[in-house]
Amino acid sequence: MAKSSTGQFDRALLGAAVKDSFRKLHPRAEMRNPVMFVCWVGALITSVLFGIDLIKGVFPEFEFQISLWLWFTVLFANFAEAVAEGRGKAQAESLKKGRTQLMARLLENNKERLASATTLKKGDIVICETNDIIPSDGEVIEGIASVDESAITGESAPVIRESGGDRSAVTGGTRVISDRIIIRITAEPGSTFIDKMIALIEGAKRQKTPNEIALSIVLAGLTIIFLLAVATLKFFADYSGTAANQDLSGIVTVPVLIALLVCLIPTTIGGLLSAIGIAGIDRLVKQNVIAKSGRSVEAAGDIDVLLLDKTGTITLGNRMASEFIPAPMITEQHLAEVAQLASLSDETPEGRSIVVLAKEKYGFRAESLTPSQGKFIPFTAVSRMSGVDIFEDDGQVMMSVRKGDAEAIKIMVENEGGEFPIEVVGTVNRIARHGGTPLVVADGKDVFGVIHLKDMVKGGIKERFAELRRMGIKTIMITGDNPLTAAAIAAEAGVDDFIAQATPEAKLERIREEQRAGHLVAMTGDGTNDAPALAQADVGVAMNTGTQAAREAGNMVDLDSNPTKLIQIVEIGKQLLMTRGALTTFSIANDVAKYFAILPAMFGTLYATSGSTGGPLLAMNIMHLHSPESAILSAVIFNALIIITLIPLALRGVSYRAESAAKLLRRNLFIYGLGGVIAPFVGIKAIDVMIVAAKLVK
Amino acid sequence: MSTNDILQILAYVIALIVLAPILGQFMARVFTGKPHLLSRPLGWLERITYRLCGIPANHEMSWRQYAASLLWFNGLGFLIVFILQITQHWLPMNPQHLPNVPWVLSFNTAVSFMTNTNWQSYAGETTLSYLTQMAGLTVQNFVSAATGIAVFLALTRGILRKTTSVIGNFWVDMTRSIVYVLLPLSVILGVALLSQGVVQTLSPAVTVTTVEGQSQDIPLGPAASQVAIKQLGTNGGGYFNANSAHPLENPTPVSNFLEMLALLLIPAALTFTYGKMVSNRKHGWIIFAVMFSLWFGGLALSLYGEYSSNPSVGLNTNLEGKEIRFGTVNSVLWSVSTTAASNGSVNAMHSSLSPIAGGVAMFNIMLGEIIFGGVGAGMYGILLHVLLTVFLAGLMVGRTPEYLGKKIEAREIQMTILGILIPNAVILLGAGVACVLPIALSSLANQGPHGLSEILYAFSSAAGNNGSAFAGLNANTDFYNIVLGIAMLIGRFAVILPCLVIAGSLASKKVSPPSAGTFATDNSTFAVLLIGVITIVGALTFLPALGLGPIIEHFLMIAGRIF
Amino acid sequence: MKTLLTALKFIMLMTVLTGIAYPLLITGVGRLFFVRQAEGSLIIDGGKILGSELIAQKFTDPRYFWPRPSAVDYNPQPSGGSNLGPTSASLKDSIMVRRSRFAAADGAPVPADLLCASGSGLDPHISPEAARYQLDRVASARQLDKAQRTALLSLIDKYTEAPTIGILGQSRVNVLWLNLALDSLGRR
Repeated sequence: MAKSSTGQFDRALLGAAVKDSFRKLHPRAEMRNPVMFVCWVGALITSVLFGIDLIKGVFPEFEFQISLWLWFTVLFANFAEAVAEGRGKAQAESLKKGRTQLMARLLENNKERLASATTLKKGDIVICETNDIIPSDGEVIEGIASVDESAITGESAPVIRESGGDRSAVTGGTRVISDRIIIRITAEPGSTFIDKMIALIEGAKRQKTPNEIALSIVLAGLTIIFLLAVATLKFFADYSGTAANQDLSGIVTVPVLIALLVCLIPTTIGGLLSAIGIAGIDRLVKQNVIAKSGRSVEAAGDIDVLLLDKTGTITLGNRMASEFIPAPMITEQHLAEVAQLASLSDETPEGRSIVVLAKEKYGFRAESLTPSQGKFIPFTAVSRMSGVDIFEDDGQVMMSVRKGDAEAIKIMVENEGGEFPIEVVGTVNRIARHGGTPLVVADGKDVFGVIHLKDMVKGGIKERFAELRRMGIKTIMITGDNPLTAAAIAAEAGVDDFIAQATPEAKLERIREEQRAGHLVAMTGDGTNDAPALAQADVGVAMNTGTQAAREAGNMVDLDSNPTKLIQIVEIGKQLLMTRGALTTFSIANDVAKYFAILPAMFGTLYATSGSTGGPLLAMNIMHLHSPESAILSAVIFNALIIITLIPLALRGVSYRAESAAKLLRRNLFIYGLGGVIAPFVGIKAIDVMIVAAKLVK
Repeated sequence: MSTNDILQILAYVIALIVLAPILGQFMARVFTGKPHLLSRPLGWLERITYRLCGIPANHEMSWRQYAASLLWFNGLGFLIVFILQITQHWLPMNPQHLPNVPWVLSFNTAVSFMTNTNWQSYAGETTLSYLTQMAGLTVQNFVSAATGIAVFLALTRGILRKTTSVIGNFWVDMTRSIVYVLLPLSVILGVALLSQGVVQTLSPAVTVTTVEGQSQDIPLGPAASQVAIKQLGTNGGGYFNANSAHPLENPTPVSNFLEMLALLLIPAALTFTYGKMVSNRKHGWIIFAVMFSLWFGGLALSLYGEYSSNPSVGLNTNLEGKEIRFGTVNSVLWSVSTTAASNGSVNAMHSSLSPIAGGVAMFNIMLGEIIFGGVGAGMYGILLHVLLTVFLAGLMVGRTPEYLGKKIEAREIQMTILGILIPNAVILLGAGVACVLPIALSSLANQGPHGLSEILYAFSSAAGNNGSAFAGLNANTDFYNIVLGIAMLIGRFAVILPCLVIAGSLASKKVSPPSAGTFATDNSTFAVLLIGVITIVGALTFLPALGLGPIIEHFLMIAGRIF
Repeated sequence: MKTLLTALKFIMLMTVLTGIAYPLLITGVGRLFFVRQAEGSLIIDGGKILGSELIAQKFTDPRYFWPRPSAVDYNPQPSGGSNLGPTSASLKDSIMVRRSRFAAADGAPVPADLLCASGSGLDPHISPEAARYQLDRVASARQLDKAQRTALLSLIDKYTEAPTIGILGQSRVNVLWLNLALDSLGRR
């Protein structure tokens, strides 16, 4: 679904969002956000005052405009939230569509009957055949099938699901493409994976995350401070009016004070806070990652230790032949030729890489053997070698080429009465020392040499890890390899540390150890035996191809099953927090200019001597705003419009670069701190010029 | 400004920067229980205190126990000072036969000294007996300062420790602060002041016949001992009404220099103690640098204000309320320092300062007494601002905020906001209400914007536990005695208690080691950010009020207006 | 309850330590080493206390140098300043009164310290300029001849205290000492 995601500002989506922003005007909805609630109350009071004046028969244009813009401020904030939610909703809709009126073939007492998918309980057994949609989350208990999971992953290539092992979990809403499987349902109605996903995306069950709560406290605190500052300003103004023998009641009015209050309280961040949070989860969804809670997204930003599986994440996943090292008296070309022969029928990636290497180096054509000419001897754990026997036309064995583990080949050669050359032993040891896998090639008692199989580190991964290091994140590679091999790959990939011969227990212990040292750990996993570690990690990303246990244990699921995704997840987490911080700073920095607009408007005439036009505080009107009314209105309008202006930023998140904290901070301070001070001066002045030109105010 | 002015400022700054780190290191040893210079000569005093009071020195307390001890102790302290005042006429050591102090004033004064505010609604020489001054006020000068240090130590331990519930022993912290720091320094300073002419006697006032034949009472009393601790403990409650402007309390430029130095010495030194205790000396220096910069900025502004002429009353040099032996520069150095630190003693009358210098003094207090601040109080006050800064900065670097390895979460932020918010709320609300109450307005001695400044200053001083005043305001009325008394109580304990909660909460947390992604608190970026947060939060809160008080008064003064 | 008891014992002990023992210790040091300072730096001449050198006395006789204006009329019980603000009309009035009171015959501007009330109301000093400014008045009131005037001028110089170690504080003249010296000069 994410693949077909709509653009940021889809027309229908916006329409729905506009409707929603009015629906959200309900006081109970507003009360969830103290900052906007104060704004809402302010809008209400000014409207009531306006109404009273209207009844009295006067039309106070200025009050009308202020109350109008205060309502806009509230609506814009609602709109931001609605847009963010709307984007998720659209995604959830498409998921829901497929689920309605789905029937399941329920197996009861060996009899099949049709039942509505929504009635399925945990433990029910259902049958799915080709083209059936799997009715609910479950575990394959019998059979094997290829399943199209594109409904949830967006990935069109089908995946194999079979009973037992790590590929037994199926997800409701996916479609069986071939074969027949019997599934035991593992989810209660309404709590299936898809249900959870829909709930999450819709934001229905969205709870404030810990950091969001902390930030809300800061914002509420600031709001209270400004509330007091503005409320007491009325008293200070009364005192000053008396002291100056002036009547300020024409300008220090309740609507003006409310306008000042709304301008000062952090409405920008207050209005965008929930949108930022929703958008963060949404960005994860775009990356095809489902976070089970907003909390884990936040935690992702704090991760400072990444546990990465070697295979598939750091290396290409398979060892590849990288060189041919011939035995004494043998040419490299000859070795390559024999090695290629030994691998012609070997369909394993290692085997193919030998063929490819021989072709690349010596241009040998890989001619396939006909079954009559040779017999492929596959690798077994007992023989620890593979190869091919080639027959003469008369059925006599012409060659018996083997490649395999050095020890096994040595025994074979010596059994045949041959000698295992000491130089080859040296080569084997050297390769092993450097983390490679030596494959010795022999024909009967003749040893031809060694193929160096090497783990190929993914291109660009080293740079990626360097980037992570700059971000302050330590990478730990997990591998089943022996320490020697592991160390070599670790060095080549540029990870900071590794766990060799890793067992699930070792992983878990390492996570605990890092956590004890105060680190926050993220890891990926797919197997059932990864479940404890996934649960223990602060951010556990389960591969969607993994087992149900793994998916339950992790707090995120990667639908693409791409272990490198962890890096993007960390970035999204950081971006989420940064966006909050940046907009908070921006919001507070804005207040400086607003004071410069509103205070001179309110007190510009205070203590003015008779005859002169202005008092001392008129000097604060450094923007040279047209009139008190235009100044106040411009500030209020700016305050409302800035919310709308920043919605795209809130949804997109501020740009994140892998830099040290100090650099990031300086950059963000510059843009959002200094920018936050300057921007409103420009904006308010521009609005002032416009509304004066449009004759909206005196 | 003359070269001599600059030299005096330099001498002061150098003395401070040289002495503060030395004292800071010493205090770090004292408070962590390591052997130090005075453990041999004074150790017996510490041990005898524990024995006599039944204090188990190695038993540590949870934040609740710590807070309970602190509150009981302060409550008793209040009670003693209160009772001493309302019964002083019947008690010994009252050579002037001063009557019992009315209970409302006693309440105000007792609260004032217990909270380290030392706001003075009374005139010392005509209100309080020698016994009240010694056994009441001088004692509170010591213990209220020590209380500040104790809270600071508790908070520091909270930051420092991991996964524990205890944050130290209140009695031990108090004892060590008094025995090894406050008392020895007071003895040294007391003797030094004595040598300069600060009186110290139990003899009654001396009546003299002046050269022109009038009768004049020269007040006496145990002043030197009290003045020493009032400066060192950032108390500020003068022995005499004119405080350190009084020639018998601050007779010479030398005594003035020493008193000014004492005023900032311990608060400044505590930044280094802190750096040492959290094993991040650079962070200590950064905090010092932030405080120093804010102090210096205020000084520069004030000097500008004081060296401007005053067309309103027709003065080129404003010496109203100043003493000639100190001159403008020492008066301004003092006014900035005493309001930066939560001291509140004065050597010139703040009410008569230029609007800018008076405004700076007021703003210093409004910021929450964190520019050096009160002994201990300045540190825990600025740490609240550090937490707020770290919270914002942490977000901006994409991590949930942490400080010295401790995650700053909702609980800490809640308490931080309370600690910053409540004193500000008290200032605004109190001043706001007083501005329209006739009973409050009748105390004003000045009209126009200066009247507003007087009220604002009074509530800032009370809520900020400063104690200095725009003394044109007659604060010895039932209204102000009660309301300001309550403001002092809130201003003190609404900061202390959140700090202790934070200490308890942080102590129970794990410590995350720093990495390149951690936001560092020991570089100039942090310093700039901290200054920004402090000034912006302060300015945004108080700009409207200040605008109608000192700021507008400044412009009106330039325009030559009078009220 | 145990906490309360500890608190009670602790406050009692501290009262004895810091409220009794410590002030008495300083008082003792004063008795031993700084008797004059501890007792108010009194000027005693032949058993008669003339005043404290640190407390300004009221002088209105034109034959004496006058100290700075005092908001408490030089009565130390209690001390204090005017506390008038920079835009105070009363302050402006006071300054005008003081200006005319001090104004010299030649119309030279009155030094600022003579126009402004001191902080304590008891400031024992005036600036050397303020002393010299009053010289004419004192000299004519005392009908001093030229030589005596010069002697008086050098008397001012004699009683001018320079900043400590050349840095701390301001140059100042102790009015009481100067006036006492003036009287003895007249007697001679």
